[in-house]
Amino acid sequence: MAAPLLRWFGPGRRWPLAWVDSGSRHRRGVPTGSASNRTREQSSVAQQPLCTSQKLRKGEHKWAAVVGLEIHAQISSNSKLFSGSQVCFAAPPNSLVSFFDASLPGTLPVLNRRCVEAAVMTGLALNCHINKKSLFDRKHYFYADLPAGYQITQQRLPIATHGSLTYRVSVGTKRSHMATKTVRIKQIQLEQDSGKSLHDGLRSQTLIDLNRAGVGLLEVVLEPELSCGEEAATVIRELQLILQALGTSQANMAEGQLRVDANISVHHPGEPLGIRTEVKNLNSIRFLARAIDYEIQRQINELEHGGEILNETRSFDSKLGFMPEPNLPPLVLYDTASLPAGAQSQQVINIDQIRDALPELPSVTRERLVQRYGMLPEHSFTLLNEVGLLQFFQNVMKETRAEPKKVTSWVLNVLLGYLKHHSLAVSESPITPSALAGLLDLLDSKAISSSAAKQVFEELWKGKGKTAVQIVSEKQLGLMQDQEALEQLCRSTMEEHPQAVMDMKKGNPRAINKLIGLVRKAALNRADPAVIKALLEKLSS
Amino acid sequence: MWARAVWLTSRGVLGGCQAFATKANPQESGRITAAVIEHLERLALVDFGSREAVARLEKAIAFADRLRAVDTDGVEPMESVLEDRCLYLRSDNVAEGNCAEELLQNSHCVVEEYFVAPPGNISLPKLDEKEPFLHS
Repeated sequence: MAAPLLRWFGPGRRWPLAWVDSGSRHRRGVPTGSASNRTREQSSVAQQPLCTSQKLRKGEHKWAAVVGLEIHAQISSNSKLFSGSQVCFAAPPNSLVSFFDASLPGTLPVLNRRCVEAAVMTGLALNCHINKKSLFDRKHYFYADLPAGYQITQQRLPIATHGSLTYRVSVGTKRSHMATKTVRIKQIQLEQDSGKSLHDGLRSQTLIDLNRAGVGLLEVVLEPELSCGEEAATVIRELQLILQALGTSQANMAEGQLRVDANISVHHPGEPLGIRTEVKNLNSIRFLARAIDYEIQRQINELEHGGEILNETRSFDSKLGFMPEPNLPPLVLYDTASLPAGAQSQQVINIDQIRDALPELPSVTRERLVQRYGMLPEHSFTLLNEVGLLQFFQNVMKETRAEPKKVTSWVLNVLLGYLKHHSLAVSESPITPSALAGLLDLLDSKAISSSAAKQVFEELWKGKGKTAVQIVSEKQLGLMQDQEALEQLCRSTMEEHPQAVMDMKKGNPRAINKLIGLVRKAALNRADPAVIKALLEKLSS
Repeated sequence: MWARAVWLTSRGVLGGCQAFATKANPQESGRITAAVIEHLERLALVDFGSREAVARLEKAIAFADRLRAVDTDGVEPMESVLEDRCLYLRSDNVAEGNCAEELLQNSHCVVEEYFVAPPGNISLPKLDEKEPFLHS
């Protein structure tokens, strides 16, 4: 896919305009490089940079970083925003292109209802104000993958504004110490995607595929209230989960359905904001976090050595190149109160109706998990963050008698640990929910000890199709069920080690543990230490 | 159409206001700096290659400035001549596409069902590299 557009050359060096990228949104603005066009906003940095306050302590003064994100999410729909050609990821070049998408003369845009609904749903889920009237504009710039020479967007009056997204970050060094933060959403707008360019350096040409041209996008603009890569990564992940829960976008970064641009600047707290640079074309959340932190560090280093930050692509803050889209009337939305009588249901969109039909959002799901299963909030976060893990957990819960806390612990600690260690996704797990449920049942009924359970897990991991029960019987891992025999073992061990018995009676803990260990060994590890301890105490009293 | 887009953008640069708001402070007509010309050229890919062209641009702006004579106090700007009409909503069905062959016939240069375009951006010479003819 696209080569990431990162500017990380040495200090003091001007960055060339790098146009070599495929599948990126092309932001062509006025190359500045001079001081006169710096953007100095008056808004202050409100929130404490919890995660980076230590890292940014360099030189004499503390540095604060300001990160603003612009997210483009491809709307999950059958057809494009303004035409009836199909939306599909992989297809023969230029096969999903209508006359309108190719910008042939005489064609007109016709708005896709599903895209409007997706925008309203997303706006509601992000606590936005939905504009009952929004307008479409043309944003002009020249690039080969934009055949019309302009992109239809909603610059002046977008469909949704003034929302918020809540997320949790760790505070300080303790992992369990989390704080809830909110980032404000400036606006959400509908706009067209551009086609894709493939650069052929050898023959000095660009190959254009317009399959993606005209696909509906939701642009989500966040206020610049983030302060480091980790916060950005958390926000993006939460937005991904929300979009996926709503079904408005599959939000898969690797497939280009979710694209994030980050605007980054640094300054001393209390002083005006610094010059922004832009980081684009990142196709994974992890890479995004690292790129942002790298850029923050680079800017700090640059400024501390007396250099200055140069901005080569001042993007579309400048209100130039915009005009109203003359072919589209304003988009009018209704609620139940304002719904015109006798209106065709296909032609009106009722915000209240959409609100009532919203699916369960991740934050609600997490709350429900905490309430129902008594797990810690951070567990609910982990369950939702790993793709497929929540489903796995719920499937295990359906089939096992074991307590939710046990299931949570085994899924989050043992299973997830193994998956991470082997770099596997949940969908690739060699252990099925049923298999794990079987194992947990054995534990629950005390048929095996917890150490034996770990061994069974290891065996199940090999994925040979055996059940937990089979493995236990094959490897003789089951706990001794014969209480009499166990008692006999305890007695004989005590007779062999009278000194330890005496020490035990005096209350020496090491003596007890030694005896327990001996009995266990004699029982071929098929006895629970707690049970042994109880027996020893009974026999010695 | 180009002239109109250029007019709108140059008004934005000169007046420092939104591209389609006309309630700006009265500007002195006339002098357009070389930096503005370069900016416009970059945006609109139009070559103001001569003094005559710049003079023509200045005259066009002065001509359009006469709009200021209209009193628009208390009048809401019109968004579009369609602003009273209903925006038609199409159902999300696939009804078009699959005409790659037809579309590619329009292209002068084609490689394996891709349109072919020149590489990257058309780089314009920087201001100081140009033949000097403008003195601001």
